[in-house]
Amino acid sequence: MFRRFSAVLFGLTISAMAISGGAQAAQTDITIGMQLEPPNLDPTAGAAAAIDEVVYANVFEGLTRFGSDGSVKPALAESWEISDDGLTYTFKLQSGITFHDGSEFNAEDVKFSLDRSRAENSTNAQKQLFDSIDTIEVTDPETVVITLSAPNGALLFNLAWGDAIVMSPDTFDMAKTAPVGTGPFKFSRWVQGDRIELEKNPDYWGTAAKLDKVTFKFISEPTAAFAALMAGDVDAFPVYPAPENLAQFEADPRFSVVVGSTEGETILSTNNKQAPFDNKQVRQAVAHAINRQEIIDGAMFGYGTPIGTHFAPHHPAYKDFTADSAYDVEKAKALLKEAGFENGFKTTLKLPPPSYARRGGEIIAAQLRQIGIEAEISNLEWAQWLEQVFRGKDFGLTIVSHTEPMDIGIYAKPDYYFQYDNKDFQQLISDLALETDEERRTAMLQQAQEVIAGDYVNGYLFQLAKTGVANAKIEGLWENSPTQANDMTEVFWND
Amino acid sequence: MRSKRNLIIGAFLCTVFLAAACVSFLWTPYDVTQLNIANKFKPPGYPHMLGTDHFGRDIFSMLMVGARTSIAVALVAVSIGILFGVPLGLFAAANRNTLIDEIIMRGNDLVFAFPALLIAIMITAVFGPGALNAIIAIGIFNIPVFARLSRAAALSLWERDFILSARVSGKSGFRISVEHILPNLLNLLLVQGTIQFSLGVLAEAGLSFVGLGAQPPIPSWGRMLAESQTFFSFASHVVIFPGLAIVLTVLGLNLLGDGLRDYFDPRLRQNMPQKKNQSSVV
Repeated sequence: MFRRFSAVLFGLTISAMAISGGAQAAQTDITIGMQLEPPNLDPTAGAAAAIDEVVYANVFEGLTRFGSDGSVKPALAESWEISDDGLTYTFKLQSGITFHDGSEFNAEDVKFSLDRSRAENSTNAQKQLFDSIDTIEVTDPETVVITLSAPNGALLFNLAWGDAIVMSPDTFDMAKTAPVGTGPFKFSRWVQGDRIELEKNPDYWGTAAKLDKVTFKFISEPTAAFAALMAGDVDAFPVYPAPENLAQFEADPRFSVVVGSTEGETILSTNNKQAPFDNKQVRQAVAHAINRQEIIDGAMFGYGTPIGTHFAPHHPAYKDFTADSAYDVEKAKALLKEAGFENGFKTTLKLPPPSYARRGGEIIAAQLRQIGIEAEISNLEWAQWLEQVFRGKDFGLTIVSHTEPMDIGIYAKPDYYFQYDNKDFQQLISDLALETDEERRTAMLQQAQEVIAGDYVNGYLFQLAKTGVANAKIEGLWENSPTQANDMTEVFWND
Repeated sequence: MRSKRNLIIGAFLCTVFLAAACVSFLWTPYDVTQLNIANKFKPPGYPHMLGTDHFGRDIFSMLMVGARTSIAVALVAVSIGILFGVPLGLFAAANRNTLIDEIIMRGNDLVFAFPALLIAIMITAVFGPGALNAIIAIGIFNIPVFARLSRAAALSLWERDFILSARVSGKSGFRISVEHILPNLLNLLLVQGTIQFSLGVLAEAGLSFVGLGAQPPIPSWGRMLAESQTFFSFASHVVIFPGLAIVLTVLGLNLLGDGLRDYFDPRLRQNMPQKKNQSSVV
């Protein structure tokens, strides 16, 4: 009797499972894995990439935005006109937009947000984006006129950054913990140390999102990330932290692995003011002692593109200078001898936590040992690294990936942490800012690449690859990473 | 009988561990600072007995040099514990029930109240990571262990008749401590030292695991384990051997410590059933 009853129960369970399986066909929620948790959620008040990775294009929007291919597209601005002298930009805004709290969006909000970001006391991490702006005027609720002090060919590009998003004057002070934006997703909850949840914005002005709920889950340990993906606790890891496991995911039909490009130039940053690295010959010797392919194979398991200058290889203006710093131990030794360091020297190599730095550092230390340079490794946490290296400039060498797009301009800042001070280069970059002609801009960008490659400012290693792992049924995730973002607008489950 | 077996197994494991470390000064099968990326993740066999790691380094050679790191850190740390802890304990016992005794022992309680690894992390966080700071960190948490042990043992000795006769003959507290108390503590210290040594090895591995121990390129078992976690699913030998090295060494030291205690404890040696007389000091 009892046995028959349990058989019936078993049958019921099976059919119940079949029914629920059918109902699940169109899954509308997704869990995205991220390695780092954002310190806050206000992209105008912090440099952390994790902030943009949660809110950019999901919660907040600016006048323009980046598409998945890195192109600049209209966002809150429907269209714009540029005056012939290149000084006046007239933005026509989309109509009928509301913030997530129900209040209306208009041109005053744009003026408020941009003025706040470029103000004297602003804490915006990328304040230089707004340098060329002279005045911002509201002519009517749907029109904003931006006047520049000098022509700037990159203004539309600059306004697409996460640091230039638009917030309401009523709610901007809540952005750090409970952001209110205009995007296709609304902030719903943040469980500190664990996850952030977003839900669909039903009143979105543009094409509505396909998902109802997005959860960003923070998993710092690569082994835990592996387990979470395998167990299905996380549906996708757009920047999967352990390249060594990708082969396994590739072999597993449940997952798809997408390897794309990022804006991350991974470099052996060199303290240009610290002896003996203030000597160009020494820097050149270091450059020739580096075997890039060995670093890419050893640290990144083959994922990454060698670079010879501080520029993304997928950018049309990129020029390949890797041959100028080709791996050549004999030449490196000769250069060191010429510079007066025949017996080598000792220096420090300070490494932040990511595996490209920790593993790459060990490989580079071994490579430098071949030419007699003894690089003493110390492994630092991010906070210590920012304190000692980035702000304190107390280092000889370090490895870090510069993930901002088009950031060659950092070489024009003499007080930037690697302290490269070249007046000609600074002139070139300020000329570039004024240049609006595409062809001449390309030529100038290539010249800039050549100058820093020729000065061997830093050791140029490789362009970081975006190694994403996702459930094979998920579609619409960005393949490349033209900016720090996880745009979930077009993501859906294809069952 | 059982205790003797412990002693033999423990001594054997420790000898192997010590021998590996000593030999590594003169010879290792391969150079551990030389990377050979093309040769990575070779499985155990010929020519790499335990295979190679993610940089193509020979794991057996790395374990040998890693044993050296472990021994150096643990040995110096235990020495710090004994050098500072024992005099403190003896001094407190000689001045028992005075204010100074109270201050010393409560100070020890204070250090002891923190979990050992926490103190170590605190010290390395302040002074930066590195083998030297790991040694200091582990050494500091060894001090109260030896201070308490020697005070407790010394207190019971102070009540004995032979100490009374020494006092009657006019010897100072310092001389009694050094000439009569300390020699009677040596067995106890040897046993406790062995146990603390195993904890030191474990603490060194723990600190290196979280990146606060010896820095690369010096191999360390804990860091080998930490670096290879993500390889477990496809190259498990890279994880298993450093883990095994830690387990066997700590097991060996503990068995040796147990064996030594049983060997030195006269009550246990003469007459096993007389357990109720066992001193509560250890």
